[in-house]
Amino acid sequence: MLDKNRIAKRIAQEVQDGYYVNLGIGIPTLVANFVRDDISVEFQSENGVLGMGPFPFEGDEDADIINAGKQTITTLPGASFFDSALSFGMIRGKHVDLTILGAMEVAQNGDIANWKIPGKMVKGMGGAMDLVASAEQIIVAMMHTNRAGESKLLKQCSLPLTGVGCVKKIVTNLAVLEVTPDGFLLVERAPGVSVEEIKAATEGTLIIKGEVPEMVLD
Amino acid sequence: MIRKTVANVHEALAGVENGMTLMLGGFGLCGIPENAIAQLVALGVTDITCISNNAGVDDFGLGLLLQKRQIKKMISSYVGENDEFERQMLSGELEVELTPQGTLAEKCRAAQGGFPAFFTPAGYGTEVAEGKETREFNGKMYVLEEAYKADFAFVKAWKGDEAGNLIFKGTARNFNPAMCGAATITVAEVEELLPAGSLDPNQVHIPGIFVQRIFQGNTYEKRIEQRTVRQRD
Repeated sequence: MLDKNRIAKRIAQEVQDGYYVNLGIGIPTLVANFVRDDISVEFQSENGVLGMGPFPFEGDEDADIINAGKQTITTLPGASFFDSALSFGMIRGKHVDLTILGAMEVAQNGDIANWKIPGKMVKGMGGAMDLVASAEQIIVAMMHTNRAGESKLLKQCSLPLTGVGCVKKIVTNLAVLEVTPDGFLLVERAPGVSVEEIKAATEGTLIIKGEVPEMVLD
Repeated sequence: MIRKTVANVHEALAGVENGMTLMLGGFGLCGIPENAIAQLVALGVTDITCISNNAGVDDFGLGLLLQKRQIKKMISSYVGENDEFERQMLSGELEVELTPQGTLAEKCRAAQGGFPAFFTPAGYGTEVAEGKETREFNGKMYVLEEAYKADFAFVKAWKGDEAGNLIFKGTARNFNPAMCGAATITVAEVEELLPAGSLDPNQVHIPGIFVQRIFQGNTYEKRIEQRTVRQRD
């Protein structure tokens, strides 16, 4: 079973040379730490920066330079700033190659729910609806089950949707899965996790084709 | 040169009345019009509708207007950092319209650029699209979203000149440019107000035609919401 950092490490393998990538809050943010340093990648933050770098050194924080999580950041050579409308033009216009975000639920048809739990304080969707509606490639990073032990990979989402039919790939603490017309295709297992365990933790239709390989992480 | 300068924040906000719809720039607390917000508190206008990506924190930004119960309705994409907001929303005192962030920005830009509405894929198939026209283009579904209508837009820039030309800094740019000219009157406050001719026209982000009033802001606090740093080796 993978911890959050190992999930991020596996997802980082999906990031290719020349990609512009938008990272959501939580596990997705960690992906930046594991991208190979022999490829060129630029991270976009939807509040208006491309070419995001690491956190500033203590004393160098600038209130005018933050990411979408409102954290102080730095920029790398080649970076640019822009306004929110242009930023979402990059996203809506499919100029951003890959979006990595978290989810509360994913359905086997690619629907995603990650912004609202009825009866609880609703904080808002932020940029998530724009991102999932437009991105060519969306990878969801999440735990396979919720805190109550219930599957988050479902036949149908029970929570209000963020987007429909948009998720292509999911990396959880147990597995890598792809959304196909027939259900969740099990692509890889986390080290030491059996197909049976993944089956038990997946409410939606799980497709198993032959031997399912273990992830190669190190 | 057409002068846009006003002497101070009092003159800048002349004409703001109860019940108006106001646009306010900023993302979180970054790039918010701090002086205009303070003046709105001082004026005590009530029943206002605010179009702003966020709602500030309890004791800063739009949180200051929430404390005084001046806001009737918030139109935002994310409002998670404010306890007083949560209390007023759950008690029904405050009306809230949640809008996808890119749609919010584009509804401003549409108003600025003279489009009554536009189609976006954001929110299709979700509750955001309920009651709205949808249409298929090239095999993909889109939702019709209308431009905002607002009485005042309050924006904050880094540098500006007497002609109302604006230059923004870093990610403090965010929603500010799209809100310029998206309301009947756009009021820009700047950290540095310069004589005409001081800004290189090549470097201007927003031309003064979109700005009706500009003034030199005072004492920017620029509060940081999440101070994240790394250690020096």
